[in-house]
Amino acid sequence: MNNNVLMMMAMAGMLVINVEAYASEVELLQSEYQNQGAEPFSAAAGEKMWRQQYIDKKSGKQRSCQTCHGEDLTMSGKHARTGKVIDPLARSVNSERLTKVKFMKKWLKRNCKWTIGRECSAQEKGDFLAYLKGL
Amino acid sequence: MKTKLLKLIVMAGLLLIGSAVVNAAPGVAPVNNELYAEECGTCHFAYQPGLLPARSWKKIMAGLEDHFGENAELEDADRAKLEAYLTENAGDHSDYKRSKKLMRSIKSGAIPLRISKIPYFVKEHREVPRGALKHDKVRSISNCDACHTTAAKGRFGERGINIPGHGKWED
Repeated sequence: MNNNVLMMMAMAGMLVINVEAYASEVELLQSEYQNQGAEPFSAAAGEKMWRQQYIDKKSGKQRSCQTCHGEDLTMSGKHARTGKVIDPLARSVNSERLTKVKFMKKWLKRNCKWTIGRECSAQEKGDFLAYLKGL
Repeated sequence: MKTKLLKLIVMAGLLLIGSAVVNAAPGVAPVNNELYAEECGTCHFAYQPGLLPARSWKKIMAGLEDHFGENAELEDADRAKLEAYLTENAGDHSDYKRSKKLMRSIKSGAIPLRISKIPYFVKEHREVPRGALKHDKVRSISNCDACHTTAAKGRFGERGINIPGHGKWED
């Protein structure tokens, strides 16, 4: 009984922390990108880039963000090569998403390079975040 | 009465021997670095540093932009910390049984990038059943813990093997 109450309090606490971390961290990162000279961010532009297909120079195969993250971001994705399960990106089902600047920067860098073949601009990264924030 | 006591003693003895075997030192030193477990273990099995020599780790850490076909770039500070951890605990600096066997089997001067190409590794995996790697839960010989249930503890003994689709390993 006591344990259950404690557990619930702890979980509620974690939720609060995650919500706050989310609000501050994702906005912190977006303002950093904004300061690098980006226009106001657009979720629609982010979504368009997210769904776009790119050709990988080495393999000649098509790649998009969906290749690994899947079409429905409220579901788990699967890495195209290793099969590693990728937790859902939508915050509506995964409150840990978009809560760490370091993590977001790391994956925006790696995944732009892997998917598009180059680093994304501040504008593009901010647009991606604008899109993902709304999910 | 006496036989009961004897039986008890024998059983206790067996139990002792059994637990000693189970608790014997792992074959390679387990990972004991949080940054490594987090940064590397998020994408793949966190290979123990003792599975490769220091020169291999250096080469791998110098090429993270194309890490076996994936981009695994890290912040400079993290990259440096991880390279230090890997090289300091590399197989050629380790006294663990399997680290030694792996290292001894590598030709001097060779810089293997894949643990799975090291001669001792190849020899130990020659009996892997055909088709085992095609199983969706295995997919690759580099997925240590798909079959070695105690791989994360640095234990790769036959007792811990359970191959998806094939079952436990029996001689």
